[in-house]
Amino acid sequence: MTRSRLTAGLLALAVTASLAACSSSSPEPGAADGPLTLWDPYPQLAADSDWAKAIEACGSASGVRIERTSHDTTDLTNKVLLAAQQGAAPHVLVVDNPVVSTLAEGGVLATTEDLGLDTAAVEPNLLDAGKLDGKTYGVPIGANTLALYYNKAVLTGAGVDVASIRDWASLTAALDKVKQSGKKGITFSAVGTEEGSFQFLPWFWGSGAQLTDVASADAVSALTLWKDWLDRGYAPNSVIGNTQTTSWQEFATGEYAFAENGTWQLANAAKSGLDVGVLAIPGKSGGTAPAPTGGEFVTVPVQADKSRDATAKAVVTCLTSAENALTTDTALSYVSALPEVQAKQVAAKPELEVWVQAVKAAKGRTGDNLGTKYPRVSEPLWNAVQAALAGTKSPQQALTEAQAASAAK
Amino acid sequence: MHALERAAPAQPADHDLPGGAKTARRSGPPRNLTAWAFLAPLVVYLLLFYVYPLYRNVDLSLRFYTVRSFIQGGAAFAGLDNYIAVFADPTFFRALGNTLVFTVVSLVFQYGLGLALAVFFDRHFPLSATLRALFLVPWLLPLIVSASTWAWMLNSESGVVNALLGAVGIDQVNWLTSPTWALTSVIIANVWIGVPFNLVILYSGLRAIPPEVHEAASLDGASGWQRFRSITFPLLRPVSAITLLLGLVYTLKVFDIIWIMTKGGPSGASTTLATWSYQLGFGSPVPRFGHGAAVGNLLIVLALVAGLVHIRLQSRREAR
Repeated sequence: MTRSRLTAGLLALAVTASLAACSSSSPEPGAADGPLTLWDPYPQLAADSDWAKAIEACGSASGVRIERTSHDTTDLTNKVLLAAQQGAAPHVLVVDNPVVSTLAEGGVLATTEDLGLDTAAVEPNLLDAGKLDGKTYGVPIGANTLALYYNKAVLTGAGVDVASIRDWASLTAALDKVKQSGKKGITFSAVGTEEGSFQFLPWFWGSGAQLTDVASADAVSALTLWKDWLDRGYAPNSVIGNTQTTSWQEFATGEYAFAENGTWQLANAAKSGLDVGVLAIPGKSGGTAPAPTGGEFVTVPVQADKSRDATAKAVVTCLTSAENALTTDTALSYVSALPEVQAKQVAAKPELEVWVQAVKAAKGRTGDNLGTKYPRVSEPLWNAVQAALAGTKSPQQALTEAQAASAAK
Repeated sequence: MHALERAAPAQPADHDLPGGAKTARRSGPPRNLTAWAFLAPLVVYLLLFYVYPLYRNVDLSLRFYTVRSFIQGGAAFAGLDNYIAVFADPTFFRALGNTLVFTVVSLVFQYGLGLALAVFFDRHFPLSATLRALFLVPWLLPLIVSASTWAWMLNSESGVVNALLGAVGIDQVNWLTSPTWALTSVIIANVWIGVPFNLVILYSGLRAIPPEVHEAASLDGASGWQRFRSITFPLLRPVSAITLLLGLVYTLKVFDIIWIMTKGGPSGASTTLATWSYQLGFGSPVPRFGHGAAVGNLLIVLALVAGLVHIRLQSRREAR
């Protein structure tokens, strides 16, 4: 009796021990002959997508099998931080550009200099987003940015000529005409996350404001522009909670004249069945407003075991090479970071010309000499936008508090 | 097995043991060992999945973490600096207030509606079982589905709720995007999700009340309301207490519904301690793990206090 109970107990103990053993016997990611791991933020691109195929081809060309894992973009940052802490970072990491300087500061990423990656052909304004203290930490795979999509039918119905929209005043006048014609004006995303700041920046920079002083008179004029649009009913109240995806869904109803959205919606625009045009976001008193650059960098996280670095470098070079960039950027609906490929993209699809111009005018979010301080400014900024649009604070008061908050951190 | 059975009775003879006392002492240590061996899986589980994460969270909240020190180690000890920073943040009192309102209002309505429905279904009418099963749907749906559906229904521009209100001549209400309504909206969604849980537990509590008591009361001429007040409600008290406690712990930590519907906005109007903790730790490109962990620990303390109060009340009642 006692013995069989003891046996059962020991069995239970053994099961526990073997469970514990199982959890620690997972294969080492750095094993010299194992597959090369690659993480990207494109869960929407399935295994049979052109992007996945490009990865596979680059793997074969470098003589290695690549194991690709996709995470949602915010999730990816957290996963990478945790993996780096455990010494289990992937060999190749495709990551959103404003995160690059943060990861670099954390010592997660290897510099292109150390790896011997050539970045000379890349547009300098795009490469800037991946720089920290004069060193570059990756190669942009392509770029996207924001512009104004417009619904031609709605504008024609309201009697608006797109060519007349050259600055904020003419844009607001167009919105007024649209509203009077019974349609809705413009939709964008002012959600309380990085997306909200991303969408506000073209207006912020277009006013002449700098991120180093978010409470300047110019900055207040940009927030006042948005606030007035909401107050006058040119923009729906739902923009306060809109992500860029839900904002696009509003535009896709065909009720809206304009939508501020990104390069990545081009494919959806074609599918929507609407007659859609694209207009660069105008500056306060004319010209094209600098929009923030979006898009990912291909980076190589630092590994304790350096033996795979050469292979990782070969894969990065292959993925970002001019030959592959056209395929990958078409797959991602991005504008290439390489001027020669941009020319090819425009030749194949003339409507991309607006986007190539917008990308050329775009600015890295970590610019304005901010670097890793950008997130410290961005969060108070989106909070200020939310507070002003929701009506809890005046634009001036909201931005003054944002400036104080970003200076305190 | 056979060998064991045969060997066991042979033992006392071989060693010529005098009496039962010694046998008992001898079987003492192995029995203890057996007990520990049985306990081991649970203890290991508790240590791995409860004690260690809790310890890590406390450690996180007491250190000054940056991205660099999070990855490479060596974060400086900060003492209570993170907690002081959290208390000094104007968001703290806002989040605390929102958490209290969210929790209390949710509990009152979840419990009230759950109890009303439980009493209603206790009367057994045709199709009552089917209807009761249908009421469980909110509980079975993944939170991401129910929260997204609520967000669509409450959308200012295209939501069905505003369309219905518009049909009866009420102006557009900005359910999710106005500071006045955002907290109310997430509470409504949370109540809807929580009612089935209260219904199920209170219903089973009602089934446990002996029908004779009700019979006797109605023979004495008690009205329906009198029976509810003097029989159902008092006899349901232990079940009510545990329902409310579980509901409290569950509601304090609600995160997904709020995050999906409003992200705690607009500008903090629906931020609770749970969403704020996430916002601090993961919601910004530069994580503030220390602050996030501090807020998380405060939440645990709140839930713990509620649990202790419950145990205290229960033991006092049992003593009576």
